[in-house]
Amino acid sequence: MKPFDYVRPATVAEAVAAAAQPGATYLAAGTNLLDLMKGGVSRPDRLVDITHLDGLDEIEHLADGGLRIGALVSNADLAHDVDFAKSYPAVAEALLSGASAQLRNAASVGGNLLQRTRCAYFYDTASRCNKREAGSGCDARGGENRTHAVLGWSENCIATHPSDFCVPLVALDAVVEIEGRNGRREIALDDLHRLPGSTPERESALEPGDLIVAVRLPPAAGGFAAHARYLKVRERTSYAFAMVSAAAALRIENGKIAEARLALGGVAAKPWRARAAEDVLRGVAPTADAFQEAARRALADAKPSGDNAFKIELARRIVVRALILAAAGTPARIPALPASPFATTSGAIHA
Amino acid sequence: MPELNLTSAPAHLRHGSNIGQPLTRRDGVLKVKGQATYAADNHPPGMLFAVMAVSSIARGRVTSLDVAASKRHPGVVEIMTSDHKPQLAIDPEIKTNPFVFRMEVLQSHEVRYANQPIAVVIAETLEAATEGAVLLAPRYETLPALVGLDAGESFVPPVVGVGNPTENYRGDVEAGFASAEKQIDAIYETPPQYHNAMEPHAIVAHWDGDKLSIDMPTQGLKLSLARIAELFGIAHDKIHIRSPFLGGGFGSKGLMAGPQTLGIMAAKLVGKPVKLVLRREQMYGPVGHRAPTRQRLRIGADGDGRLTALDHHARTVSSTFDDFYEPAADASHTLYAAPAIRTSHDAVRVNTGTPLFMRAPGEATGSIALESAVDEMAWACGIDPLAFRLKNYAEVEPITSKPFSSKALRACYEQGAARFGWAKRPLQPRQMRDDAGHLVGWGMGTATFPALMFQAEARAVIRRDGTGAMEIGAHDMGQGAWTALAQIAADELGLDIDRVEFEAGSSDLPDAGIAGGSAHTATAGAAIHGAGAAVIAKLADLATGDERSPLFGAGNAGVIARDGRLIRRDDESRGESYAEILARAGVAEVEARGTGAPNPAAMEEYAMHAHGAVFAEVKVDPELGQIRVSRMVGAFAAGRIVNPHLVKSQLFGGMIWGMSFALHEEAITDRRSGRIMNANLGEYHIPVNADVPPLDVITVEEHDPHVNALGIKGVGEIGITGSAGAVANAVWHATGVRVRRFPIRIEELLTQL
Ligand SMILES: Cc1cc2nc3c(=O)[nH]c(=O)nc-3n(C[C@H](O)[C@H](O)[C@H](O)COP(=O)(O)OP(=O)(O)OC[C@H]3O[C@@H](n4cnc5c(N)ncnc54)[C@H](O)[C@@H]3O)c2cc1C
Ligand code: SF4
Repeated sequence: MKPFDYVRPATVAEAVAAAAQPGATYLAAGTNLLDLMKGGVSRPDRLVDITHLDGLDEIEHLADGGLRIGALVSNADLAHDVDFAKSYPAVAEALLSGASAQLRNAASVGGNLLQRTRCAYFYDTASRCNKREAGSGCDARGGENRTHAVLGWSENCIATHPSDFCVPLVALDAVVEIEGRNGRREIALDDLHRLPGSTPERESALEPGDLIVAVRLPPAAGGFAAHARYLKVRERTSYAFAMVSAAAALRIENGKIAEARLALGGVAAKPWRARAAEDVLRGVAPTADAFQEAARRALADAKPSGDNAFKIELARRIVVRALILAAAGTPARIPALPASPFATTSGAIHA
Repeated sequence: MPELNLTSAPAHLRHGSNIGQPLTRRDGVLKVKGQATYAADNHPPGMLFAVMAVSSIARGRVTSLDVAASKRHPGVVEIMTSDHKPQLAIDPEIKTNPFVFRMEVLQSHEVRYANQPIAVVIAETLEAATEGAVLLAPRYETLPALVGLDAGESFVPPVVGVGNPTENYRGDVEAGFASAEKQIDAIYETPPQYHNAMEPHAIVAHWDGDKLSIDMPTQGLKLSLARIAELFGIAHDKIHIRSPFLGGGFGSKGLMAGPQTLGIMAAKLVGKPVKLVLRREQMYGPVGHRAPTRQRLRIGADGDGRLTALDHHARTVSSTFDDFYEPAADASHTLYAAPAIRTSHDAVRVNTGTPLFMRAPGEATGSIALESAVDEMAWACGIDPLAFRLKNYAEVEPITSKPFSSKALRACYEQGAARFGWAKRPLQPRQMRDDAGHLVGWGMGTATFPALMFQAEARAVIRRDGTGAMEIGAHDMGQGAWTALAQIAADELGLDIDRVEFEAGSSDLPDAGIAGGSAHTATAGAAIHGAGAAVIAKLADLATGDERSPLFGAGNAGVIARDGRLIRRDDESRGESYAEILARAGVAEVEARGTGAPNPAAMEEYAMHAHGAVFAEVKVDPELGQIRVSRMVGAFAAGRIVNPHLVKSQLFGGMIWGMSFALHEEAITDRRSGRIMNANLGEYHIPVNADVPPLDVITVEEHDPHVNALGIKGVGEIGITGSAGAVANAVWHATGVRVRRFPIRIEELLTQL
């Protein structure tokens, strides 16, 4: 392994200063970063371990009705927080559909947001990859790319963002709190991840040294708890990344959809908020026709980036199903197979 | 070998009889406590770490390695390259026997596949060696890689598998098709698959002068030893290999592999003990895999649904430099009573490591295609798939017309179907839904695997203190050899299992043969049987020839060994303990050897196979195409069951593997570079707990007097066969969509649902 410095800052300010140096990277639980380092994909000179920082592992209920989740809260602790799961069931379901129990116990909120793509060519250091090495080319084009992006991709990069967690978060207008060299700022989660364009190596809006300290759910996010689901199609029942996923959240008043939220996962370099689809659902009855139309809108701009045209049709169907499930109402408990199409099958034992 | 503290669960023991008892693994407690020493757990003093640098191209040559940069890295001790390595005694390209395959041990700069070892960095720490390997920054002259089943001109290999004829005929296939009322002509594809044993290939090698001490997982101690001896030009008795436990092998640890040889070379180069462990992704190349196949099945049937012809052709691949051909079409030889059968193979050469034996080689790939095609034919004939199989039940082995040594397949069909509830299956597909609206389908497949025997020897001892010992260099890959073979040993020695010191897993013990071909329990068991009988006979001689013994005059045939005593067969009240016999004779112990071997006369006379029937239920989301197996029942007849508990575990494992074959496993090769893009267990999917449904295994009673002295057929591989097809057929029955490319992917269902 390449030798690297390891620093363990005592304060957020120290962390930011230490990580602003060229070649420095934050280390949270390391479930993604250490894999990348072992494979030679990431070769940082310095790891800034943030896991000992105080005050980043709390879940706070805010006076305005919102919720603030510290960046170091583990994926498991968040998903299993009873209040959280009740208020934001689709988020809890998404978290529990990701990775494995062991990984979720370790993985942090901040790390989940900033996990890197699972594009196999990104991982394979012998392949050309614009994301890993700017300007080197993209071997996923013309390669084995059935799982790659169908929305927002460019000739330079067709990778997807793999997070499940981010999908319902982006639907619920989550906000990311960032501590940087110039102090604290916040941005919409929707603006955190960038589409590749001509600079796929720039994956997020973060600047060197920027530390995610918290993710905030605004007060309105709690209004969807009665009709919110996450649905994830994958190639085995558990422990697999999404082929395509969708988070659907509805506010239903008097039999009509007062407000809809919809986002897709596994389709683009960022969690994909489908605003056009949300628009057509506003004020209409939750019917299959309306959902079909929403799905059509959500995927209107989709195009295959390789052998993945099926993902567009799959995404449409997932949108429809996720909306149907959301309209039917959030189940009292998160299913034993979270987010699975088999979640409602009798006989499911565990995830 | 360190003292192994094996335990047994005596609660299950029926006194005086160990065979047939469901003992739990005697090494289980050791494993749970982390005290079972696997090869890589060994750290002899002064040991260095070796890490392979592997090729990122699939074809070409290495033109440079930055050895200087690597050497400068702190902790790096040596770098072994094609230009700097210990000399081998023979050219590793020479095949000295059919079980020798070519390996890459830095013999040249040529690259023949991706992940081929091109250098070995030896360092004081694993981290330093790892970085040293990166710093070599190899440069290559790259040639276009040969990838896939159409990579080049196809040819007919001289043999497939281990010496099987490439083509086989029986009857007039074309006439069979001419007379057929129904015909199926379908092409099935199976992908490359990798063994992915939990424990990677590892070696700790230590030279002491010209003596070589090795810790290494192997399924073939003596074969490996012989290969090492010839490669390094040393006598067999200078080599000691310890392999008490394997974390799985599945065929990939049957033969001495290139990387393990490199570990020995590295130890020689630096004159210190060296450990070399493959990284997961490095297992995708130099240690074998299951080759992809494209199989064409043509089947003809008459108006009653009786087969008239069966033609099974398999295209496969081998490496560019060696020959192993997955004998996929041979799966059609034994199951269905077609009057005319033709099986044939052809192949192309591609830039991969040489494909090798992987759990049920040929049987697994062939079975999923054959069982799918039979299912298609049953549907074409409008006959229930089980009824169709019964109509075409083979009373004699179809390809040879030999009678079966035993065949309880009918009972497997009956018992499996009854347990599953098969009788309620609608003939038409897409007829069943569960309460959540998922499509439900039921499918079945027939399982079969040959009952093989290799050569083995065992040494038995009975001691004056009334205990016994059984020594055999057997291999426990997790299947439970420490337990099952000890059970046989205990019975053969007439002792309680706790009174028998059972020794295995070391090359200084008698040769147990290879742990492969599902033949290990049968082969080693036969040797143990022979050794046990021989040592008891010696003991009996001492007693029956001594007038002071209550057994005097009983004659060998007249005594039984039980509970540490010899007793007269005709009068069980007269007997004497082993201890008394030996004490009176004034000897410390008696010992004898026994062998296990195939019986050519019986093989000439009979076809010998284990059989089974597997029934599967799957659920398919009607719009999204995601599949989940919800139930499986397998009924297997495999001769004598030495330990029902371990046997069930083997069969469960096989059935899960079969389901994995149908739905999950596939190595994805980049069509341009020839590199495998999912060489890790995150992306190379095998079933996880949530994929594995309730499994039900029935072991059907079967008595086989011909296969071997103990009547044992293997159970290690058969579970895959039948199961893969059963799942695939269930997907069809659920959806009405017949997918012929495996694993079945969402996109193949999606557009047709
Ligand atoms: C086998 C496997 C399967 C998986 N399956 C899934 C799945 O199905 N769905 C899914 O969503 N995820 C899955 N994951 C990914 C998993 O969710 C992530 O690895 C995890 O969330 C990362 O969190 P971490 O704390 O370990 O981050 P780390 O690995 O420590 O960090 C990841 C990245 O984020 C940066 N970072 C971390 N915290 C901060 C911060 N506070 N501020 C700024 N930068 C930061 C690091 O510098 C690094 O670049 C899987 C992972 C594995 C290994
Ligand atoms: S798709 Fe993006 S991440 Fe993948 S190889 Fe191309 S540039 Fe790299």
